[in-house]
Amino acid sequence: MPQRKPLHLHVPEPTGRPGHDTDFSYLPLSAAGAKRRPPVDVPAAQTNDLAFALIRVLDDSGQAVGPWAPQIDSKVLRRGLRAMMLTRAFDARMLIAQRQKKMSFYMQCLGEEAIACAHALAIGQGDMCFPTYRQQGLLLTREDNNMVDMICQLYSNARDPMKGRQLPVMYSSKKQGFFSISGNLATQVIQAVGWAMASAIKGDDKVASAWIGDGATAEADFHTGLTFAHVYRAPVILNVVNNQWAISTFQAIAGGEGTTFAARGAGCGIASLRVDGNDFLAAYAASKWALERARSSFGPTLIEWVTYRAGPHSTSDDPSKYRPANDVARFPLGDPIARLKQHLIVLGIWSEEEHQKVQKEVEAEVAAAQKEAEKYGTLADSHAQNIGEMFEDVYKDMPAHLLRQRAELGD
Amino acid sequence: MTTETQKTTPMTMIQALRSAMDVMLARDPNVVVYGQDVGYFGGVFRCTEGLQAKYGNQRVFDAPISEGGIVGTAVGMGAYGLRPVVEIQFADYVYPATDQIVSEAARLRYRSAGDFTCPMTIRMPCGGGIYGGQTHSQSPEAMFTQVCGLRTVLPSNPYDAKGLLIAAIENDDPVIFLEPKRLYNGPFDGHHDQPVVPWSKHPQGEVPEGYYTVPLDSARITRPGNAVTVIAYGTMVHVAEAAARESGVDAEIIDLRSLWPLDLDTLVTSVKKTGRCVIVHEATRTNGLGAELLSLVQEHCFYHLEAPIERVTGWDTPYPHAQEWAYFPGPARVAAALKRVTEA
Repeated sequence: MPQRKPLHLHVPEPTGRPGHDTDFSYLPLSAAGAKRRPPVDVPAAQTNDLAFALIRVLDDSGQAVGPWAPQIDSKVLRRGLRAMMLTRAFDARMLIAQRQKKMSFYMQCLGEEAIACAHALAIGQGDMCFPTYRQQGLLLTREDNNMVDMICQLYSNARDPMKGRQLPVMYSSKKQGFFSISGNLATQVIQAVGWAMASAIKGDDKVASAWIGDGATAEADFHTGLTFAHVYRAPVILNVVNNQWAISTFQAIAGGEGTTFAARGAGCGIASLRVDGNDFLAAYAASKWALERARSSFGPTLIEWVTYRAGPHSTSDDPSKYRPANDVARFPLGDPIARLKQHLIVLGIWSEEEHQKVQKEVEAEVAAAQKEAEKYGTLADSHAQNIGEMFEDVYKDMPAHLLRQRAELGD
Repeated sequence: MTTETQKTTPMTMIQALRSAMDVMLARDPNVVVYGQDVGYFGGVFRCTEGLQAKYGNQRVFDAPISEGGIVGTAVGMGAYGLRPVVEIQFADYVYPATDQIVSEAARLRYRSAGDFTCPMTIRMPCGGGIYGGQTHSQSPEAMFTQVCGLRTVLPSNPYDAKGLLIAAIENDDPVIFLEPKRLYNGPFDGHHDQPVVPWSKHPQGEVPEGYYTVPLDSARITRPGNAVTVIAYGTMVHVAEAAARESGVDAEIIDLRSLWPLDLDTLVTSVKKTGRCVIVHEATRTNGLGAELLSLVQEHCFYHLEAPIERVTGWDTPYPHAQEWAYFPGPARVAAALKRVTEA
């Protein structure tokens, strides 16, 4: 018997660090159009191969290829591209506003726009998303999007729908199918499953869509969510946005090494897809597939969206300290806006000139919304909330001890 | 139908709790009941026995062994518009659900400024006296009374258990509903070496069959008296009554019933009358609910006090198994405190 070496703790390391390039061969890829599209009533176990593949529609020349290429109206395609451009313009302007101290903090979704924007176009009225802090595209894509309210929330100003109680980006909008963002991680996954169970208990046809990042899948609530979703065949989509980074930790620290996050679903008996998250058409097609499966009582779907967090984790983060600066340029799945733009030009329903024009339009829209929001103040002008409101909504009716404390504060 | 005009029946606390869920499942199609073993089997303490057979498995069902999952799904169901009533098999097992209770259920209304709410009732048996050892005997109420946005309730008898549980299910705030398991089958007064008295021999074991509520922020004086105020809840109400009876001290015993938010006026009025106060709970002493009760009495009644306030509690140790009766704050310890405080 060969002599054993002493044990050694395996601590995964990314292949790239500042000063040397990432070897992206750790990401299993598939060619566009190469993977089959099973019917939505497929038994979960028969999707196991798709949990280790990569579903892609857009090829390098901008053509939509293969069985996942969706039947999609050119109006919806144009709207999708515009929504991604608006989301990116919104993030850019809010980052500047944060540097101007109009808000304390901001989180952009640069490079990940296709996932939320395509999903928002696929989802139905009455469905409910349980997002994390990087799905602003879900709100911004909607026809009834309210950028002014969003910016008021970011500014914690007098019109902030959250009354100044929540960190910036922790939006809540029930009427827009957007569940209140908590700020602690993974809790919304099991809640989304519960919401979906309620839809089933009531005999409704609404679907819940849970969102989580690769890092937070390590939390118990994620695994609990998979178990409950499977046990009760809940009408829920479990979206795992694998953007490769959880603040400074690489996706292998969350357990991605040598496997995929979609494989978690397969292990739990849940239909699981691993999808190119920078491919708008694949994102739309996979979302539609999972929605149809859930709404038809065939149960949950886990979708791992493979993408790349092009920006810092938040305005409090500096990724140059822990990853190569050229990572985003070398990431093999490209940029979602550039890829859909190329496709629309190939289809002949978009042009460089139109792109410039729309870019100016979305920037002007954001600027106008910002101007309107600033009428209600920003964090910088200490445009204070009504202090007494601090005591409201702790309970439905204010109990005696809070009435006494509010009086003690002198309000 | 008011309580006065309803037909009553002798019930154990288990039957009263089951009756409350039965009444609410029948009244409100949005009420659902689930937890570990609660469906087909009817719960390890039988509190949900027969409910699945009566209301079907869409309303009453078994859950995986995951307290975090049980409460987390209840948050989502509450947000959808249901009124989930979930069972945590023992209060000792609630800790994996802490994040969902503290950071989520308790704060959803606040953080979303009322955009989303999640009414729910989280039932859990608590307390010792059944040789349950350190994982089946705990009284973690102080963990919940400290959390803004939660209501914490703990009944001491079948009548209150049913009325409070119905009020909890109807309440729009999340409610932690602690059930002193030593009282499930009788009004145990701490004399573990004496025969168990059944609830059928106790006036509060006579329970209306239909709908009624006991308000969630009201205490009840179970024994009027003038010499000292005893603030207790759950099993300790019966222990305090035994202590008053056996010591001959004319104690006024207050059953808190709702631990937070609480009925401060009843406490303050009583202590201002008696000038003395003993606080009794089974939970550990340090940073227990007794510490808050003591502070409130001190803040509101200081100039009426004639003796130091005393606490009689479980010791600051894990709940031991073989030494259970040395740990349990029984009538002898409470009686001794009543003597000290009234003779001071």
